[in-house]
Amino acid sequence: MTEAPKAVHEIQDDLPGPRAELAGGVPVRLESGERLGPVRVAYQTWGTLNDARSNTVLICHALTGDQYAFGTHPVTEKNGWWESMVGPGKPIDTDRFFVVCPNCLGGCMGTTGPAAVNPATGELYGTSFPIITMGDMVNVQAMLLDHLGIEKVMCVIGGSMGAMQVLDWAARYPDRVVSAVPIAGAARHSAQNIAFHEVGRQAIMADPNWCGGFYYREGKRPEKGLSVARMAAHITYLSEPALWRKFGRELQNRYMKSYEGFGADFQVESYLRHQGASFVERFDANAYLYITRAMDYFDLEADHGGDLAKAWQGTKTRFLLTSFTSDWLFPTSESKEVVHALIRAGVNVSFVEIESDKGHDAFLLDEPDLFETTAGFLDSVARDLGF
Amino acid sequence: MSLLSGARDRFILGENRFGLRPDLGLVASMVEPGSRILDVGCGDGALLDYLVRENGCDGRGMEISQAGVNACVARGLPAVQGDADRHLVDYPDDSFDYVILSHTLQAVHRPGEVLHQMMRIADVAIVSILNFGHWRARLSMVTRGRMPHTRFLPEPWFMTSTIRPCTVRDFMDLVRLEGLLTGDCYGIANEREVTVIRSGFEGQSNLFAEQAVFEVLPAKRRKPGRRS
Repeated sequence: MTEAPKAVHEIQDDLPGPRAELAGGVPVRLESGERLGPVRVAYQTWGTLNDARSNTVLICHALTGDQYAFGTHPVTEKNGWWESMVGPGKPIDTDRFFVVCPNCLGGCMGTTGPAAVNPATGELYGTSFPIITMGDMVNVQAMLLDHLGIEKVMCVIGGSMGAMQVLDWAARYPDRVVSAVPIAGAARHSAQNIAFHEVGRQAIMADPNWCGGFYYREGKRPEKGLSVARMAAHITYLSEPALWRKFGRELQNRYMKSYEGFGADFQVESYLRHQGASFVERFDANAYLYITRAMDYFDLEADHGGDLAKAWQGTKTRFLLTSFTSDWLFPTSESKEVVHALIRAGVNVSFVEIESDKGHDAFLLDEPDLFETTAGFLDSVARDLGF
Repeated sequence: MSLLSGARDRFILGENRFGLRPDLGLVASMVEPGSRILDVGCGDGALLDYLVRENGCDGRGMEISQAGVNACVARGLPAVQGDADRHLVDYPDDSFDYVILSHTLQAVHRPGEVLHQMMRIADVAIVSILNFGHWRARLSMVTRGRMPHTRFLPEPWFMTSTIRPCTVRDFMDLVRLEGLLTGDCYGIANEREVTVIRSGFEGQSNLFAEQAVFEVLPAKRRKPGRRS
């Protein structure tokens, strides 16, 4: 028998890449009013900061993403999650820009989160970790930039949850953001999306190995629950045409329906099981609970008195929004709402809708229109800045 | 006015080193450098590109076709997908110096309302139209008994995006009807032969211009105060 792979919380301190202790170890004030700290951020950088310190691109990752956007992932040993967009000569050109990608607050790849040690107790936080928000994640990213000596970024870019952070960044720190590129995002999480997240959270919490969130000290892992959460979520990242093209009703390693219980008869079942099983090796169940909760709480419109335009009123930040036609998790209508608010606010905004049948995940895939429009936009921002 | 040469009332549009279509070159010459522009129906951004890069304008585009928008953004121009009939209402009052509608007003459902929206958003509207009063269009209808089908109106009636065909006279009537004024107006024949259209003397251009460009101004203001 081979030894089971180590849990994420056991390996997160050994993962490659720099860590920053924020605010000299002083606890960070959260939007909930609680204090958390000291806060540590694990991040990756590529490229070189120019003399004017004006060429930084900050990447905000999605719910289950991490700081390893480019290069081999230390756990999965696969390519970084955004290799299509980041790298030499790519739209986010590491030959030209200084690219920073932090693991978000509440994450499990080295940044402080529920799988980190609570300095007050010496134990892992588990569910004693405070509830966090998109705003907290953004504030922590801003503190990381302070730590790196970067006052202003030429662009904050991200897809999905990353797009939420981009929108929040531009609202919270307009003077620090020259341009904002939210891809496949929204200014608030929809009821349907909260509902899907709730299914995922219930799956995790229904797993007896979850132990009320303190599975670390029990030496257990709620793998079944987390993998079901991932399976349900993964469906929302795709589309019916994409699933049909990939799997149709094809059977898995058999010629006919088995009429034998509930094994994975269909390829699509087998695929989802694989997605679930591989996910638990690189993600912490509590981190999933906390980050999905933070997304559900996100509502920039409510934060600005019910008028979304107020979030960015009079800002000099340039925006490029992108959506995909077949994305039903963050549909075009959500991006358009943001675009109309930005126009009402008199902001310089571009909006691109890309024809794709790949669903929400299209932002991670080979979409030439996405590359061309993002590259054109970033190039014009860089030229305006004089490099 | 480097694009223009010749006598005062008639001139030939010069070559544009950016390969800008001559009528767009004329529109560009009517815009104060460095001003704030909204180009409605900006297509792939040819005019917008020129105004932003050569005239130092703060230019934004709106375009109904997503392919056009994507082309604009890929060349670094700000653009959104939108429909003049429905989406001009989003823009704040007085947020631009100029709104440009080149070959777009005849493609909207409510041209009068669109003109008013333009006047609300900007100081000046620049509108170019295809002139269905051109003698070839008239001749084509009279002799063939069919909708005009000419060199400059090449598409059959069921293909054209021009759902509101009109003449130079018709357009000037609409401007008056809406309580607005026209400023500088030009008729264009053979792509580059320009004639200044004088109010009350538009008959000649109505017969000989294939397209026309109008400066539309709000009532009671001869020339607007332009912000730098």
